[in-house]
Amino acid sequence: MTSPAAYQVSHLDALEAESIFVMREVVAEMERPVLLFSGGKDSIVMLRLAQKAFAPANIPFPVMHVDTGHNFPEVLDYRDQRVAELGLQLIVASVPEALNKGLVRESADGMRNRIQTPVLLEAVEKHRFDALFGGARRDEEKARAKERVFSFRDEFGQWDPKNQRPELWSLYNGRHHPGESIRVFPLSNWTELDVWHYIERERIPLPSIYYAHEREVIERDGMFYAVNEFFRARAGEQSFTAQVRYRTVGDASCTAAVRSDADTVEKVIEEVAATRITERGATRGDDRVSEAAMEDRKREGYF
Amino acid sequence: MSVETLAPAESETARPMDLLRFATAGSVDDGKSTLIGRLLYDTKSLFSDQLAAVEAVSAARGDEYTNLALLTDGLRAEREQGITIDVAYRYFATPRRKFIIADTPGHIQYTRNMVTGASTADLALILVDARKGLVEQSRRHAFLCSLLRVPHLVLCVNKMDLVDWSQEVYERIADEFTAFAAKLDVPDLTVVPVSALQGDNIVTRSENMPWYEGPSLLHHLERVHIASDRNLVDVRFPVQYVIRPQSTTVTDYRGYAGQVASGVLKPGDEVMVLPSGFTSRIAAVETADGPVDEAFPPMSVTVRLTDELDISRGDMICRPNNAPTAVQDIEAMVCWMDETRPLQVGGKYAIKHTTRSARAIVRGLHYRLDINSLHRDETAGELKLNEIGRVRLRTTVPLLADEYRRNRTTGGFVIIDESTNRTVGAGMIVEAG
Repeated sequence: MTSPAAYQVSHLDALEAESIFVMREVVAEMERPVLLFSGGKDSIVMLRLAQKAFAPANIPFPVMHVDTGHNFPEVLDYRDQRVAELGLQLIVASVPEALNKGLVRESADGMRNRIQTPVLLEAVEKHRFDALFGGARRDEEKARAKERVFSFRDEFGQWDPKNQRPELWSLYNGRHHPGESIRVFPLSNWTELDVWHYIERERIPLPSIYYAHEREVIERDGMFYAVNEFFRARAGEQSFTAQVRYRTVGDASCTAAVRSDADTVEKVIEEVAATRITERGATRGDDRVSEAAMEDRKREGYF
Repeated sequence: MSVETLAPAESETARPMDLLRFATAGSVDDGKSTLIGRLLYDTKSLFSDQLAAVEAVSAARGDEYTNLALLTDGLRAEREQGITIDVAYRYFATPRRKFIIADTPGHIQYTRNMVTGASTADLALILVDARKGLVEQSRRHAFLCSLLRVPHLVLCVNKMDLVDWSQEVYERIADEFTAFAAKLDVPDLTVVPVSALQGDNIVTRSENMPWYEGPSLLHHLERVHIASDRNLVDVRFPVQYVIRPQSTTVTDYRGYAGQVASGVLKPGDEVMVLPSGFTSRIAAVETADGPVDEAFPPMSVTVRLTDELDISRGDMICRPNNAPTAVQDIEAMVCWMDETRPLQVGGKYAIKHTTRSARAIVRGLHYRLDINSLHRDETAGELKLNEIGRVRLRTTVPLLADEYRRNRTTGGFVIIDESTNRTVGAGMIVEAG
């Protein structure tokens, strides 16, 4: 008999095993799953876990990018390269197309975070997806801290936080009627630091904007926004060059960078371990709207 | 209260960080939120923007102090009503361990939420107010932890600062709780006197209570031995998914993917597959990173056998001389979780057990348990929300089951309403067969 100590797994192995279990449950029980891929680090890690869950077979579902039209070019390049390497089907749900068709209207502040939701829901309906993998983590935001791993959505794509299914042991309830769907969050129990440790361990390449680089930025509300075609400087705002990196990757009009010298994964881990501000708090203009900005978007069917 | 005290001794740094899941139970009055806030704060897991947001909301509501409960009360309705609706998950880490807290509220829906939080917990933390001592709720929480077979229990006697750090008060509560726990099935109990507000015995040993010789709460959480809690004896591998690549480069591959529920699987082992009863040997235990010499819980792996057998999702790989029972008549303790319709004798439901699904009919309700007095009401005709009772079920197909006390994975199941698709109950198998 080997000593019990030999049968211990590290926290990363335990998280990986749980995520793989969740992904296999979905593929075994749901009709038409899809993985929401933004080119952000969490969806990149999720894609790696999907590779592991079904090896040596290919990933048995397509990926979908909800494209706001406000992209970082490095991220789009990364997306296309990764999808080609893995031989995946990529579905692009395009906000610019939806704007042209009149499905959604540009919001007054030019941010496209909120108008992604109808575009996402239309794509879900069109492709009849019944399970959507999302890379959201419970440590990100307090509404997310209370969301299930298998999160039920009604036929309008809405989340009802007061009417969630109890989730016990590793028994996930994915049952739903036609038109309803389940959002599945395999990284629920991961923290930002866990994600970075995993990226380091697995040597997962990331879009270059996650590492420190020089960029022309504008400071607004204590956050650093890149100057580009999607981001309009207001009167009195002066741009300057700074050494920055992105902690999150989202719509280029509302995702901000942080000052950083971390140009390697090891340095990023040091930085993340020492930081005193949450990643969304540091980088997302869209979450500053109100105390319950995320909860409100989720109720409408957001990621 | 510096974080430097968390630095591990030199000899321990090589040890990989592991994972401990714990559930907390209690109400705001017990200082539970303060305790969690303190753990997060002292391990640098609380971020300044989170704290600023809580301070702002506290001030706007006219609270006299920063209400750390707002950290976990994330939903609009919760903040508006000042109650906690749901289980909130919180995360922190020290160099030794990553911790996942399932923070369960103490109000009326506590049973459903606490059962949910406890189902995956390695440890449960129960708080009592030193001034009030044990209350009905403390006993309920302890009972639910024992029902869910949480291996380790910690009783925090909080607000010791308000009883002048009295050893006598502490010992009276500790003795009373220990006596009560002895009547339950609590394998490991630790009692810690703390002041969450002032930080005594949370991260470091308190100087105010020199008579207490045990560890601080965090010290205990970091070191409590959980590796032996797992069942490494009974091989149980519920087949989750069959991997058969449709590829020209990988041909004739057939692997059974799943997460090891218990036991250790090694290449060469003789195995039996249920429900067919066919036997074979393990050809390989694989992961995407290559084959492994052995697999044990909680690893997710792919098992290949030397023979081609007809195996599908819901089957179970075990050992010929140590197998779960294939049963259709099940005796279980059931916790009812649905507010709209009670469990009724004759009711038909869907069941999810390991990777297997079945339909079931309720054949009988032996008794409803009063979880405060542990009295059994044998006249009960139904189970309403948050009620617990012993139930007899008949399933359409056999479940490959063990008693819950022996195996939390192969002994637990959920009950689903077939019309609403809601999860309406949780079951723990008492007798299989």
